[in-house]
Amino acid sequence: MTISRKYVTPGELIVEGDYKPINNVIRVDDKFYATKIGLAEIGRGGIRVIPLSGPYIPRVDDLVIGKIVDYSAFSWEVDINSCFFAYLPAQSVFGRDFSPDRESLLKKFSIGDLIYAKVVAYDRTRDPLLSISGPNLGRIPKGEIVKINSAKIPRLIGKKGSMIKTIESATHCKLIIGQNGIILIIGPHDGILLATQAIRMVESEAHLASLTKKVQNLLSESKEV
Amino acid sequence: MIELIDEKGLRRDGRRVDEIRPLKIEVGVLKNADGSSYIEFGKNKIVVAVYGPKEVHPKHLALPDRSILRCRYHMAPFSTDTRKHPQPSRREIEISKVISEALEPALILEDYPRTVINVYLEVLQADGGSRCAGITASTVALADAGIPMRDMVVACAVGKISGQVVLDLNDTEDKEGEADMPVAIMPNLNQTTLLQLDGILTPEEFEKGFEMAVNACRHIYEVQRKALIDKYFGKNEVGEE
Repeated sequence: MTISRKYVTPGELIVEGDYKPINNVIRVDDKFYATKIGLAEIGRGGIRVIPLSGPYIPRVDDLVIGKIVDYSAFSWEVDINSCFFAYLPAQSVFGRDFSPDRESLLKKFSIGDLIYAKVVAYDRTRDPLLSISGPNLGRIPKGEIVKINSAKIPRLIGKKGSMIKTIESATHCKLIIGQNGIILIIGPHDGILLATQAIRMVESEAHLASLTKKVQNLLSESKEV
Repeated sequence: MIELIDEKGLRRDGRRVDEIRPLKIEVGVLKNADGSSYIEFGKNKIVVAVYGPKEVHPKHLALPDRSILRCRYHMAPFSTDTRKHPQPSRREIEISKVISEALEPALILEDYPRTVINVYLEVLQADGGSRCAGITASTVALADAGIPMRDMVVACAVGKISGQVVLDLNDTEDKEGEADMPVAIMPNLNQTTLLQLDGILTPEEFEKGFEMAVNACRHIYEVQRKALIDKYFGKNEVGEE
């Protein structure tokens, strides 16, 4: 079976027949309607709509970049660019035997710090829980932050990371991507500017085919100048 | 008494009885909102901003299983002939409620429990039918914000002037006419989300008027859809990938 793609708006009929709805699709009798604006994809697995806008909804195992906005005796509250604030428990940072009497949370992170963290638990009934145990996770010491819509992150990464590799090699920068739409760029100043430009291009033209090529052109053009 | 329909069957603004006013919709007009739109429906000019889903304040209003939808319809002081006091009036509070109830059936609010979606409608210029224009623009702004919905909501009014059922009343016709009936529908699912009637219509007039309104809504839906497609896929993009 072929995979066809089609631009859809909410409420638009995608297809009629016997399929399995996967994402952003509702079924009324035998008809499938899109619930968001995006690209409808009919594949072997079923029907999905790849959205082009919308808030970030955390998923377990997502790597996100967040900002510490508050702290209590036992945890930090982190803004992860979503409709929910995330919690980073002090136990997961200081260890099991953490006691608020002995250690102050401010020793590790203070308000305004940026962290790279992993979502370890989230469901509809409670706020997301973060952890910084893992390679490269923790406080972000330096770099430039770029925010884009989280729906466009898969496009920025590209197939098997092709897009991100293209940008990284052309700009001599390292890009750290948060699934919540926040990107950290580390590298030389010129590279950061160029990478930001490329990211903005991906964001505005995420729906177009041959995007990698366009970005390659952009990057090589500015190299010549 | 003002003559609302002349001997040629044309209305004061030159429209036929089954004609709507010129319509223009733009998407994403406000940079800081999560979703926004601007509508010009005849002389009506409305800006809509959507913020959310986000945390509810005060927290006790949050629902554990779904998001809440809050609408605020507000008329700018300069939107009418005589200055309108900026304080929300009885009418504005009612219209806010009506709009939120017209939009709610279309939205899949269960996707974002414990959150709120705020819709702000600011009427910059009013000329009758602003609640319908507001509903039409709000759906576009909600779609722009990426709020999942079962269908778009489209609204249009019908009414009765000089004994005839006419489409899309303007301010004069609304004030001088005999009846006004705003209708909002979900065009793909064929469901009605708003039906108000101010005045008296016979059952036959009602049937006829409702059908006229539904047809007009389907036309407005195409304009809505085009506005969204233009914003997201570019003006010349129709193709497949």
